[in-house]
Amino acid sequence: MKSTKDIAELLDEPACEHNKKEKSGCAKPKPGAAAGGCAFDGAQIALLPIADVAHIVHGPIACAGSSWDNRGTRSSGAALYRIGMTTDLTEQDIIMGRAEKRLFHAIKQAIDTYSPPAVFIYNTCVPALIGDDINAVCKSAEERWGVPVVPIDCAGFYGTKNLGNRIAGDAMVKHVIGTRDPDPLPLSVQRAEMIVHDVNLIGEYNIAGEFWHVLPLLDELGLRVLCTLSGDARFREVQTMHKAEVNMMVCSKAMVNVARKLNKEYGTPWFEGSFYGITDTSQALRDFAKALNDDDLTARTEQLIAREEARIRTNLEPWKARLKGKRVLLFTGGVKSWSVISALQDLGMMVVATGTNKSTEEDKARIRELMGEDTLMINDGSPKELIRIVRDYQADILIAGGRNMYTALKAKIPFLDINQEREFGYEGYQGMLELVRQLALTIESPVWHAVRATAPWKISFNPSLLKGERTMKEMVHG
Amino acid sequence: MADILKRNKALSVNPLKASQPIGGSLATLGFDRAIPMLHGSQGCTAFAKVFFVRHFREPIPLQSTAMDQGSSVMGADENVVQGIRAIAEKSRPALITILTTGLAETQGADVQRNVREFREQYPEFADIAVVGVNTPDFTGSVETGFAVTLTEIIRALVPDAKTAGTKPGTRKKQVNVLASYMLTPGDLEALRDIFEQFQLRPVFVPDISDSLDGCLTSEDFSPVTIGGTALSEMATLGDALATVVIGPSLNKAAELLHEKTGVPTYNLAHLYGLKANDALLMALAEISGREVPERLERQRAQLQDAMLDTHFMLGQLRIAIAADADLLAAFVDLVQELGSDVVAAVTSCNVPLLERLPVTSVKVGDLEDMEIISKAQKVQLVIGNSHTVDTAERLQVPILRAGFPLYDIIGGYQKTWIGYRGSRQTLFDLANLVINYSHEEIPVYRSVYAQKPASELTDCPLSCH
Repeated sequence: MKSTKDIAELLDEPACEHNKKEKSGCAKPKPGAAAGGCAFDGAQIALLPIADVAHIVHGPIACAGSSWDNRGTRSSGAALYRIGMTTDLTEQDIIMGRAEKRLFHAIKQAIDTYSPPAVFIYNTCVPALIGDDINAVCKSAEERWGVPVVPIDCAGFYGTKNLGNRIAGDAMVKHVIGTRDPDPLPLSVQRAEMIVHDVNLIGEYNIAGEFWHVLPLLDELGLRVLCTLSGDARFREVQTMHKAEVNMMVCSKAMVNVARKLNKEYGTPWFEGSFYGITDTSQALRDFAKALNDDDLTARTEQLIAREEARIRTNLEPWKARLKGKRVLLFTGGVKSWSVISALQDLGMMVVATGTNKSTEEDKARIRELMGEDTLMINDGSPKELIRIVRDYQADILIAGGRNMYTALKAKIPFLDINQEREFGYEGYQGMLELVRQLALTIESPVWHAVRATAPWKISFNPSLLKGERTMKEMVHG
Repeated sequence: MADILKRNKALSVNPLKASQPIGGSLATLGFDRAIPMLHGSQGCTAFAKVFFVRHFREPIPLQSTAMDQGSSVMGADENVVQGIRAIAEKSRPALITILTTGLAETQGADVQRNVREFREQYPEFADIAVVGVNTPDFTGSVETGFAVTLTEIIRALVPDAKTAGTKPGTRKKQVNVLASYMLTPGDLEALRDIFEQFQLRPVFVPDISDSLDGCLTSEDFSPVTIGGTALSEMATLGDALATVVIGPSLNKAAELLHEKTGVPTYNLAHLYGLKANDALLMALAEISGREVPERLERQRAQLQDAMLDTHFMLGQLRIAIAADADLLAAFVDLVQELGSDVVAAVTSCNVPLLERLPVTSVKVGDLEDMEIISKAQKVQLVIGNSHTVDTAERLQVPILRAGFPLYDIIGGYQKTWIGYRGSRQTLFDLANLVINYSHEEIPVYRSVYAQKPASELTDCPLSCH
């Protein structure tokens, strides 16, 4: 089990803005009024996209049984991450102290059957409570079978999902990053006129494959992505992250500790950015050029931005007319708020209110800058409150995480899913086209009228309807 | 008599099993104005919620005692008491179940005592039913979690005949129906229809067809279930004509109900296929004292016709089934009526029913086990939940999706499997999956002496044979 001191250290994240307020780290949940995942949830989400690793959940069935094969993240090749693995601890294992032994054999079984380049062990509540020493088991398994076995000590009761993200990042820095140098650049991809720079993306999960909208642009600019932590990543890529010239923190503070530690240990500079929306995508590309301090790259980046922006704006033109002026209630956590706001404003839509319960003071300042001083910032994200605000502010659509989807639909409110479980990719210039398509699809759908209308026999009889030439038959058929 | 092949490997790969708290939550969600609270860390609830939301595509009321580092080590009694209070204050539900997780049980929680403490401290919430159930995830499965939760709800909410003065048969049309987790909302609706044709009024305990049936209500939002078995009905169970139990996993709950009320019990294993539904109709005819309605006789004849039509595709078909025991038994009976061979039967945990299954062996294991056995047995069709889709793909055979969870199709939760009509549709679905699959094409043979046009020879040279 992690000691209270270890957890306190992880909660104290100097690079996170939340640290500066009295609500340092993450707020304590209340029994009977809690929502959201646990540390194990957060750690698994953060690392599961590493596609060729055997991910073993050490615990009784509920942790893996209800959650395996549950992400929208895509891999371009290896698919081992989609195989659910758990030690599925039994009552006897727990009472007789056989859990460590089972874990040891489980690691062997995974290596024998699937020959993974590495095995990740996720610790959960029960083994943490009974005092399983997963670090020791991982160490001896690694020595015995010669495959890296990485302990991720992320029992659910340690804290929130956010803490789990940090535990995951911490484990990568401690056990994986820096254990291999990047491959030399193959001659076939070298171009005489261009210096290729090595970079990392931290917190990019390749949901629905959306990063593949962006990656071709980075290739074109000569930015070699050593690793995305963790979308479509491989173990051997994570190992090389220490050699990047610059790190980009994508869209989330969750693994900010990785960027900070890589900066501390290897001196890698980092910046924060997002690939949602035209403005932010261009900004991210510019920030790469700026951080790398390469005049040629800067020039080429500007050319690429000009070309891509012109192309996408032409393509968006017909959609803009349909979405212009529509009112949006945005409820997402943290940094995503402002990055999505700029995407929506690019489309001429109006964001009438936004959730800020996970945002930092800095995020909030940015939101004010983008939307004006009198923007409604929502802290209470209860379903009831969200529905009230949609009604009061006459929003045309609620954009939020999948958890709220069926709440919105029950209240007959148009909805767009922006979270990790979604099935569409919105990143990059190209992703904007998918975003507008999905927005229009739900906002303009005929179903809203159909589900809001009262049944015809429940409307009191109105003789005027029968006047003129409308017959009963016409009324029935609309 | 089946051989039970127990778990013999350390790692569970592609688990079939879902946890007891999931089963317990499902049972709770079949009651009106109810909410389950899982006694564990927040993730226990979050995962269970996502599991249900993906299956039912509905908002799901579910709470957590939110155990953290401190309460995990020092004791979480206060979490339970304050958790109940918070829900009671905020949502005023009719029923709260406290379902323990592996974490709480390992720590040594005593939720029954916690419930008593809550009663003492907060008498103002005496009208809210609170039931504590032990459902650790290190033992059992959805099936056992569902059954034990239902048992405890009956223990807490059905009054003894002696003290309450109930008498079997006082309500001349009422039949109690204990409905196992394998009955979908669509199944329960169809079943209600069958009962009503015998002029009987079924009281489903629990009734997810009234709470998880995907109904658009006039209410925007509710923190508790809308619909399900009303708690007031629980006091009337003792006045019913009979109790019909569907699913062997509920036999214990049924015994308890019988003990408390004296209402005669009819035990049915499931309602898949001709024989099982004949048994149901015999029971209903006896209970109601009425003849089997003509409409049902016609549906029976339709099923018989479908059996004739589909036996060409389903006879001797080599089938793999992965499901919890009740559902596994139901599918085994259904496909065996058509002459199919169940060559791989995999289930999530060992229960007494397994021994009685009419197959050679049952493997207690995961979907990897099913994949290995299926490969060895040259399986031609797979029946299992959405997780099994990848398995079927690797085996290159078609899959019939059934069980929990079904997240890669729409409306899986609503499918009607039972009755003559449901069974008929299932047979059609199965047959359609293999209609072009089951008979192997004879490979083309080209004679070396044949006088076919030269172009055909170059298109497919002899070496490709």
